Amino acid sequence: MSEHSTYTPGTAVEKWLDDRLPIIRFSKEHLMDFPTPKNLNYWWTFGAILVLCLGVQIVTGVILAMHYTPNIAMAFDSVEHIRRDVNGGRIIQAVHAVGASMFFVALYTHMFRGLYYGSYKAPREIIWILGVLIFILTVATAFMGYILPWGQMSFWGATVISNIFSAIPVVGENIKQLVLGGFAVGNPTLNRFFSLHYLLPFVIAAIVVLHIWALHVPGNNNPIGVEVKESRDTVAFHPYYTMKDLFAMVVFMIPFAWFVFFAPDILGHPDNYIMANSQVTPAHIVPEWYLLPFYTILRAIDFNVLFIDSKLGGVIAMGGALVMLLIVPWLDTSKVRSGTFRPLFKWFYWLFVINFVTLTYLGAQPAEAPYTYLAKICTGYYFLYFLVILPVLSRIETPKPLPTSISESVLGKAHA
Amino acid sequence: MATQAEHSSTNRRDFLYVATGAVGAVGAAAVVWPLINQLNPDASTLALASIEFDISAIPEGQSVTITWRGLPVFVRHRTTAEIEEAKAVPLSDLKDPQTDEERTKPGHEQWLVMIANCTHLGCIPVGESGDFDGWFCPCHGSHYDSAGRIRRGPAPKNLVVPPYEFVSDTLIQIG
Repeated sequence: MSEHSTYTPGTAVEKWLDDRLPIIRFSKEHLMDFPTPKNLNYWWTFGAILVLCLGVQIVTGVILAMHYTPNIAMAFDSVEHIRRDVNGGRIIQAVHAVGASMFFVALYTHMFRGLYYGSYKAPREIIWILGVLIFILTVATAFMGYILPWGQMSFWGATVISNIFSAIPVVGENIKQLVLGGFAVGNPTLNRFFSLHYLLPFVIAAIVVLHIWALHVPGNNNPIGVEVKESRDTVAFHPYYTMKDLFAMVVFMIPFAWFVFFAPDILGHPDNYIMANSQVTPAHIVPEWYLLPFYTILRAIDFNVLFIDSKLGGVIAMGGALVMLLIVPWLDTSKVRSGTFRPLFKWFYWLFVINFVTLTYLGAQPAEAPYTYLAKICTGYYFLYFLVILPVLSRIETPKPLPTSISESVLGKAHA
Repeated sequence: MATQAEHSSTNRRDFLYVATGAVGAVGAAAVVWPLINQLNPDASTLALASIEFDISAIPEGQSVTITWRGLPVFVRHRTTAEIEEAKAVPLSDLKDPQTDEERTKPGHEQWLVMIANCTHLGCIPVGESGDFDGWFCPCHGSHYDSAGRIRRGPAPKNLVVPPYEFVSDTLIQIG
């Protein structure tokens, strides 16, 4: 994919720079001339949208940190100070809070795109694995960020999630104390979460660079999943996809702006506007919407399995739900990459999407019948999809015939 | 000139590599440990280890929640009916078998002292509710009985009884 660049430095200054740090050559190769399949649809623009999201979170986050105080006595008030007193703080805080939600909308879309079109398949396994690592780090970062306003949900969310560590046999309680820096969630916890919430986005940015590097070696997958065969199959990234991505970003920013300007708090839980109180639990602890599917899996396991008690079982299931994604490239061994040409796969894929949305819904419901039964069924399907359905489908399914090339699929056979 | 050492599978240089590596690993661990250990509870947190609490003001059938080591602690003055109900439960019915006697102090069966965090994921259960006349954790649906023992739901253990002693009939020391 990496064709040699046609860049020739035009001026003496460019020539001087090119011999020392060929950054212009690099940009031309990877951001402009990079040959990209010409049939990418709008699901592919979420990669660029995610870069935008990470940028927005880092910029607004750095600014918010200039006004925020990571101390349990002052954290809650300092967030209110940002929202009421700081110039433009109301908007900047809202962009950061809503931005987290928008980030996850794009992240999930990007991941479901990959699952449908088989973007995780050889030779793109490492891109996928790096992507899953980015997802897990983003979940951790978002979770720690949610603790910082020190409201009731922040405090109890931190308590519930840090209790996951106490499920580890024998040393669990000690590890929990190590993570919290005390016997319960307190000031040391808030300080270290603030420190890590500031650090991790830069780690994510570094992995994003690796993710894109790994993408630029084999090149993009595409909706038909047929590899690029000739130069007619591709167009230059700039201006074709830069413009398309920019347009998608503008469209993406419309709902983003609506939330920021008209309903900045609608995606959060009202209980987080009660200052943290270690003596009272909210009646119903719910995480942010984007963590609900995994929260449902965590609490779906309310039974013991052999020597594994329900609590450890829930933690293993939740961790397993994430780890499962890392091995998808080896679970789905179908030679056909794109779901478009896999008649059976489509059914199970869309059922998986519906199942995931249902898991999200169930996470926000109280832990009582019939939700608890549904949660078990949906958790079951989640694992069944990866561990049984994908491997079995790869063996028994007869895919539809593939177009011979990207050009043929775009232009029709006559031109092929 | 080929020496014996060059032909044997391990030689002096291999040994030096391994020895250097081992010293390096020990050195790295020695540097990393303080960086990890700083995360552990600090002296100011550990200093709040023990408290005394006067229970004389709690009438029968009522509970209070106090704070110990930053954790909420239930102190409940149980009614006779609750004590008898707890004692009547056969151990075979329990997920985490413990007798009522093991959870209270002899001669003070009416007092139940427990860390108030649900053993599932740490929420504070609601008192005098649930299906077993004890506590109910609405977060994930764990029911505890009148001795704070887990009876139904995802929590694996009974509510934890912290180390405590009766200093006198009306004063307990926790920790």
